[in-house]
Amino acid sequence: MANAFASKKPMALGEGGLALAMAALAILSIVVAAKAYTPEFAFHAYLFTAASVAAVFAIVNRYYERPAEQPPLTIDGKPNYNMGPVKFATVAAMFWGIAGFTVGLYIASELAYPILNLDLPWTTFGRLRPLHTSAVIFAFGGNVLIGTSFYVVQRTCRARLAGDLAPWFVVLGYNFFILIAGTGYLLGITQSKEYAEPEWYADLWLTIVWVTYFLVFLGTIMRRTEPHIYVANWFYLAFILTIAVLHLGNNAAVPVSMFSPKSYVVWSGVQDAMVQWWYGHNAVGFFLTAGFLAIMYYFIPKQANRPIYSYRLSIIHFWALIFLYIWAGPHHLHYTALPDWAQTLGMTFSIMLWMPSWGGMINGIMTLSGAWDKLRTDPVLRMMVVSVAFYGMSTFEGPLMSVKIVNSLSHYTDWTIGHVHSGALGWVAYISFGAIYCLVPWLWNRKLYSLKLVNWHFWISTIGIVLYITAMWVSGILQGVMWRAYTSLGFLEYSFVETVEAMHPFYVIRALGGLLFLIGALVMVWNLWKTVNSAEAVEPAGVVLAPAE
Amino acid sequence: MSLWQKHAILEKNSIILVIGILIVIAIGGLVEIVPLFYLKNTIEKVDGVRPYTPLELAGRDIYVREGCYLCHSQMIRPLRDEVERYGHYSLAVESMYDHPFQWGSKRTGPDLARVGGKYSDNWHRDHLRDPRSVVPGSVMPDYSWLAETDLDYAHIADNLKALALVGVPYTPDMIAHATADVVTQASADSPEAADLAKRYPKAQARDFDGNPARVTEADALIAYLQMLGTQVDFKLYDDKANIR
Repeated sequence: MANAFASKKPMALGEGGLALAMAALAILSIVVAAKAYTPEFAFHAYLFTAASVAAVFAIVNRYYERPAEQPPLTIDGKPNYNMGPVKFATVAAMFWGIAGFTVGLYIASELAYPILNLDLPWTTFGRLRPLHTSAVIFAFGGNVLIGTSFYVVQRTCRARLAGDLAPWFVVLGYNFFILIAGTGYLLGITQSKEYAEPEWYADLWLTIVWVTYFLVFLGTIMRRTEPHIYVANWFYLAFILTIAVLHLGNNAAVPVSMFSPKSYVVWSGVQDAMVQWWYGHNAVGFFLTAGFLAIMYYFIPKQANRPIYSYRLSIIHFWALIFLYIWAGPHHLHYTALPDWAQTLGMTFSIMLWMPSWGGMINGIMTLSGAWDKLRTDPVLRMMVVSVAFYGMSTFEGPLMSVKIVNSLSHYTDWTIGHVHSGALGWVAYISFGAIYCLVPWLWNRKLYSLKLVNWHFWISTIGIVLYITAMWVSGILQGVMWRAYTSLGFLEYSFVETVEAMHPFYVIRALGGLLFLIGALVMVWNLWKTVNSAEAVEPAGVVLAPAE
Repeated sequence: MSLWQKHAILEKNSIILVIGILIVIAIGGLVEIVPLFYLKNTIEKVDGVRPYTPLELAGRDIYVREGCYLCHSQMIRPLRDEVERYGHYSLAVESMYDHPFQWGSKRTGPDLARVGGKYSDNWHRDHLRDPRSVVPGSVMPDYSWLAETDLDYAHIADNLKALALVGVPYTPDMIAHATADVVTQASADSPEAADLAKRYPKAQARDFDGNPARVTEADALIAYLQMLGTQVDFKLYDDKANIR
């Protein structure tokens, strides 16, 4: 402190406040660790201690190292963009992506060869499956969303990211949440709500991180020097806001004790089912759709160097999409004990949802008008356009499966798994890969190492996706039909386990598809590694995206 | 034309855009969720559904911990083949004390809503230890450690208290006896079994895991599995009275 006074360097309120808060969290988590009911919870409490102590050190160190003045908002009239957190999130996305795909491949293999469960608690399908879904959706997808949103909001607003430590708190805090969630699953800490498995303390932490994320994003928009808020930012805002609402609603829970990792949600039975799928389907609708549509609205026009196809279509499909999506949850509960009126509403809105979904697809694909030739020459753009095509396909399949009579066959089968993966691999992962192939050269100021390798990545993973989806279509429909098959004497034809045995070849093919997808992603990592570590820097292209008018 | 220009208000004012989004996304959820809490016909009027005993609750917590719901549903749909394969279709009332619900979304294994009483404790023991020893085609993981791990029920009363807080009718008497009830239910011929059955009608008390010396996680999980779907007496259930 004496040094600081000597140099007359004031400690910013944010720095001091965050350091104090982190110190308090460190003390609190030591107490919790000491009195924890289970060793697993004590382990998590110690992780909190370590992370918060590290945060205090990092903040104080940074204070001594940094210049007295805050970084300027503009340099020579140009915005002084803050790309550090974007770089971090991009690297984290690739790391978690590889981890998530690998776990996915492993659990797919477990279903084909159950011996791989190894008779150990932390390697069973039941514990690894949430690890897979959270790693790909929230760790890979989440880092892509946070990274790209921080990039896009700065560029389209022509303003530096709001906050000094806040953007770093968001990316580091979010990844710490991932660490807690993931290790928790392996140790059996889960509240068993699909795609919302983390327990109460992880949920509380995520709430703090998410509110900060919203404030940073909104603060940057408020700083904008462009009169209009660009369409991508509408989608990012809808994603951030709705996920906050869903997270709070679905995770309302009462902890057993401050020293126990266990909690019970306040909702029960039929109401809990409805709240869960209100959450679950809109995690798809807002995390995996609205957020990635935002990516589409920035990166496709940018890479194709064409304006968005239709401004009016973007307005209509934005409001229609976010309004209709929220209603679609009950289609996960067809023919269950959920009252029929709710099921019918869910089905009706799911079918209507087809239209705004395709509005987005049309707007994305038609942006290539006048630049179709780039599909031949630019594999990065091709990847993103194919992703939008997959988006169109799975948003057609979704409404189809939400029809009750179709759902009576498809529900509880692998058809659902196939549907999810045509969206997750084809749409979410491909648009993410495309965006990262754009972002890494832009952020590190390098030329992409090899377009040829992008081509290889594209084809290897496309074959992987096709194997995956077709295997799941066949196994899902086959199993659904076998469950309801009757003999001529009016008896059920197959025992349950006979239908399980019939799945084996498709589970092997599915795992093979997953392996190809993973290999493709590893090719990408190699390509990006070589890009970042290449010696030559390139002059940044001075193209600025015009706002939609 | 004017309408398109009006949209510029949203594009130029971030707070108005935020409020607009919040209003638009609130409607669907409110319409679909809120009525479920006050429409009387949401949950059928049926006798017999009681809160879980402490041992069953501990078993349920293990079921949740191991992610059983990822492969096993607990929701029989009113379709001919399901009713014949699994039993009477599930009622909303049967999961009214489930925090959270365990209806599931995927049947890699069969539905478990009415698995209670279908198999012997011995079968469950063998099946959990090595599923392929009793079902050769099964792809279920081995859970052999459950029978070797002592159940941690030191704080089970806290679990009941938390559930009472969210609306499960656990009485102070039930909470006071929670720890003792775990041991009673996991033992064969316990003199306290009658008291337990008074607190929790139809509670089955016996040594579920075949190891009388210890109360293991297998005891709890099997106790839970053996009560699933057994609370409502469908001989007395009038499905016409509950048409919704």
